[in-house]
Amino acid sequence: MAIKIPKPPIPGVRRTPKPPSAPQENGRPPVKDQAAEIGAEVVGWIDERTAASGFLRGFLFRKVPKGTNWFYTLGSATMFAFLSQAVTGVFLAMYYDPSPTHAYDSIQHINNDVWLGSLVRGMHHWGASVMIVLVFLHMGRTFFFGAYKYPRELNWVVGVVLLVLTLGMGFTGYLLPFDQRSFWATVVGVNINGTAPFLGPYLSDFLRAGPEFGATTLSRFYAIHMLLIPVLIAALIGVHIYLVTKLGTTAPPWLRAKLPETDREQV
Amino acid sequence: MADEKSIEHGRSAGNGDAADGPGRAATPNGAGGAAVIHAALPPAKPPGYFEGESVTRRRLFTGGAMAAGGIASAAIGLPAIGFALGPVFKQEEVTYQDVGPPSDFIVDNYVPKTITITSNVGEAGKTTVYIRKTNPELPGEKAGGFIAISTRCAHLGCPVRWVSPAERFVCPCHGGVYDFQGKVVGGPPVRPLDRFVTRVQNGQVQLGPRYSVNSHLKRFSARDPGEHLDGLWKYLYPKRFTVPGPQ
Repeated sequence: MAIKIPKPPIPGVRRTPKPPSAPQENGRPPVKDQAAEIGAEVVGWIDERTAASGFLRGFLFRKVPKGTNWFYTLGSATMFAFLSQAVTGVFLAMYYDPSPTHAYDSIQHINNDVWLGSLVRGMHHWGASVMIVLVFLHMGRTFFFGAYKYPRELNWVVGVVLLVLTLGMGFTGYLLPFDQRSFWATVVGVNINGTAPFLGPYLSDFLRAGPEFGATTLSRFYAIHMLLIPVLIAALIGVHIYLVTKLGTTAPPWLRAKLPETDREQV
Repeated sequence: MADEKSIEHGRSAGNGDAADGPGRAATPNGAGGAAVIHAALPPAKPPGYFEGESVTRRRLFTGGAMAAGGIASAAIGLPAIGFALGPVFKQEEVTYQDVGPPSDFIVDNYVPKTITITSNVGEAGKTTVYIRKTNPELPGEKAGGFIAISTRCAHLGCPVRWVSPAERFVCPCHGGVYDFQGKVVGGPPVRPLDRFVTRVQNGQVQLGPRYSVNSHLKRFSARDPGEHLDGLWKYLYPKRFTVPGPQ
C-alpha cells in the first residue's frame, strides 16, 4: 500500500512571497516589504550554504502518532532542566572557589553579596532536584507506555546511562557547598562506593585522590561535576534525540492501530 | 560472469540472452546492454597494482590513517587517564605527630585529642582520636602501650563519640555502637573501630598511620569503612596501594 505523505509545513519566511505592494515615491518597494525581504534573504543565504532547512523541517515538523499527550513532554522538560543547570552552573563557576578553605566562603559570598546570586544558586540547587524528579518521571512514562520495546531498546540503554550520569552529577555537586552536611554526606557516599567488592577500595581512592579526604578531593569532584559529566550528558542527549527523531515516538498503549477498510479486507 | 563472446552475443541479440541470470532476463534492451558493458569492464587495477599484491594501496593508507589517529589519541588519552588515576597508586607518607606526654593518659578511660590527618584543607583535615593506656587485663593487650581509637565509624565513616558513662562509642548517623576496645556491640558496622599506630619519643606519645582490625583485633592495613575483614569476606576487599602495611 502506498502511503501519501503530505509535504511538511514550511516556515513562514520561506513561503512564496506575497505580490509586491505599491512602490514608494522613489520607486523602491515599501520599507515594510524591504525589512521582510532582509529576513528572508539572511535565512536564504544561510540555507543555501548549509542546506539546513531540509534537516530542520524533518526534525522540527516530524509527525507524531495519534494520542500523543502531555506525558510526552517529560523528556523535553528534562532536557530543559539540564540546560538550566548548565547555564546557571556556568555563571556560578565565575564566583565559586573549589579550594577546601575557600569553598564555603565563596558560596556565602554568592548567596549574600552577589547581585541575584541567591536566585542563580537557588535555581541550580532546586533545579538539581527538579531534574532528578523529571528524569524518573520520563523513565516511568517510557516504561509504562512500553516505549522501550523494539526498535527503541538502544534508546532505553542510552537513557539509563544518562540516568546514572545525572545521579553522578547529584553526587559530585552535593559536596561543592562544603558545609557539614555536604562533607559528611560525601564521606558516606564515597564509603558506600568503597563497599563494592574487589574494585570498591580503589574506586574510593580514585574519588578522594588518596586514602583520606584530601586537598584535591574537592577540586576533583568539581572537575568531574562541571566538565567531565556535563560533556558526556550533552553528547548522549544528542544521541538520545537523534534516535527519537530517527525512530519516531510510540502511540500510547491504550490506542489500537486502525487499518483502513480496504486493508482490513485483505487481511 | 560473461566472457567476450557472450557479450558480443548479448549486444546483437538484445533481450534474447536469458541464460545469464534472472536479473538480466527481465531487463529490456537498453538496460540489458548497460549491464553487459558493466560486466565487460576489466578487473580494477588501481595505480601501483602489481600481480600477486596482498594489500591494496587504499587499504594500506586507510589502515595507516587509522593507526596514526589511534596513536595520536593514545598519546593524549593515556597520560590524561594516568594523571587522573595516579593517586590510586601513590602510597601516602608515614608521619608521626605528638599528642601529649604519657602522663596525659590513663588506663580505664579515653582522653580525646585532635590530630591532623590531611594538611592544607583546614578544619576538614582534622579528626578526633580517643587515646588510653593499654590494660593487660583486657584480651590482646600488653602493659606499657597506648591504644588510639579512630573516630571514623566502621560502617560508613561518620564521626563516633565516646560516651564515658556507658563505656560505648556511639555513631550519630546510623546507630553503630562499639565497646571499650572498639569492638562492635550493635548497629550496622562490619568490624571494630580503626586505630592509629602509637609510639613514645622525646617524652611524647606520637600517632602514626591508621590501621584496621578485625573482630579478633588482628591487625590489617587501613581499610575504608564498610569493608569486612573477617572470614572469606576479607578477600573481597584487598589492600590498597595508598596505605602502608603488609596486608
